[in-house]
Amino acid sequence: MTRIGVLALQGDVSEHILALQRAAPDLEVVAARRPGQIERCQALVIPGGESTTIRRQMDSSGITAELVATARSGIPVLATCAGMVLICREIVGEGRFRPLGLMDIAVSRNAFGAQRESFEADLDFKELDRPYRAVFIRAPLIVGAGQGVEVLARLDEGVVAAREKNLMALAFHPELTDDSRIHRIFLDMLED
Amino acid sequence: MELENLRFGTELLKRGFAKMQKGGVIMDVTTSEQAVIAEEAGAVAVMALHAVPADIRKMGGVARMADPAVIESIIGAVSIPVMAKARIGHFVEAQILEALGVDMVDESEVLTPADEFHIEKTKFTIPFVCGARNLGEACRRIKEGAAMIRTKGEAGTGDVSQAVLHMRMIQGQIRSLKGLDDLQLMEVARDIEADVELVRECARMQRLPVVNFAAGGVATPADAALMMQLGADGVFVGSGIFKSENPEAMARAIVEAVHHYDDAALLAQVSKGLGAAMKGLDAASIPESEALQTRGW
Repeated sequence: MTRIGVLALQGDVSEHILALQRAAPDLEVVAARRPGQIERCQALVIPGGESTTIRRQMDSSGITAELVATARSGIPVLATCAGMVLICREIVGEGRFRPLGLMDIAVSRNAFGAQRESFEADLDFKELDRPYRAVFIRAPLIVGAGQGVEVLARLDEGVVAAREKNLMALAFHPELTDDSRIHRIFLDMLED
Repeated sequence: MELENLRFGTELLKRGFAKMQKGGVIMDVTTSEQAVIAEEAGAVAVMALHAVPADIRKMGGVARMADPAVIESIIGAVSIPVMAKARIGHFVEAQILEALGVDMVDESEVLTPADEFHIEKTKFTIPFVCGARNLGEACRRIKEGAAMIRTKGEAGTGDVSQAVLHMRMIQGQIRSLKGLDDLQLMEVARDIEADVELVRECARMQRLPVVNFAAGGVATPADAALMMQLGADGVFVGSGIFKSENPEAMARAIVEAVHHYDDAALLAQVSKGLGAAMKGLDAASIPESEALQTRGW
């Protein structure tokens, strides 16, 4: 059976698990937080949460190298909000945070400001025939992308969703709404 | 993208913000230096206040919102969310905190209440967290717009017993809703003075419809893990960190304990050599009139 792991160090892990179960009832979804769990998954979700906390816990749990190697092996990876911050090549405008450098994108953290500036918006998302209601919470923004990166959605001039080979990064939270269409696009990547 | 397409301050955004804090530790800080220590230790957010609860207890007098200049310096010092406390019912303190760019307001019994009624929280763009001792209190706060609940415990004591009591009370009351028919749920709602829709939701979900953290007396890694094993979604630590002998080590250890709350070997490891925890105060020795948890209803 295909097993999907949700990185369960901190953040809205249970919301992602429920969203995946809703989108694909016949798949096995597991919370992964100990060494040896991620490498046994055929797809991985890196959830929303606080990127500084998750990054720190990744190292202290001794799973950073395993996560990087598993993502590089080519399994589908969905990274939302904090997840996008974690997998990017570069964080713009600050030096302290060390991203994993998996995806060829440059990201600005909390690009829209504090929680006061968090918002919902209807997005035109590539491959979807009608707008997608997206939830942005202290969201990051993709401000630079390499040649191999495909833009999936924009907000003004900024990129809020992108894909590079097996990696899909979203600045918003598809796990917080009932609309499963983006989770299904991600699950389709399992068959490619 | 047209601006009218964007919606701010919705219930989904407020509750969603709280969900991003799950599995994390939110630490009380009174200066930007402390905020940096908290962030470095792995806190998911910091709570800005003018004095930690143990000192508020000692000082007496009226406890109010922190100095906006201090809150601004804390916001400038860290990239994690910054929360701040407003007095119960003091909606102008909450307005000021929102204007400062605070990410979440704690309408807190630790400060001196300004009104017998709580703030009408649905009117705000930013989310609120409120304390509760039981399901009725939690539902009343959620109905007023709270996006997150925490146990009241007994703040500033370093005695976890009251947080345990409140967490078990809320969980137990929700469990007891299981299997009740609609008429019985309406009776419960009336008895505990709660909105019946919220009681139905709790019965169906078998949990609160918002994130539920532990707070009020958490002082050690073991306390934090205890609250997680009792079903908390995360932990607030007030005086427990900066009133301990070695705040950096205690902060890191409590973050580790919340993360590995069900791994006793690891809890033993992270609990070693932290120096003295805060001295504390037996909650049972506090006269009713000096208890903080009885503020609000």
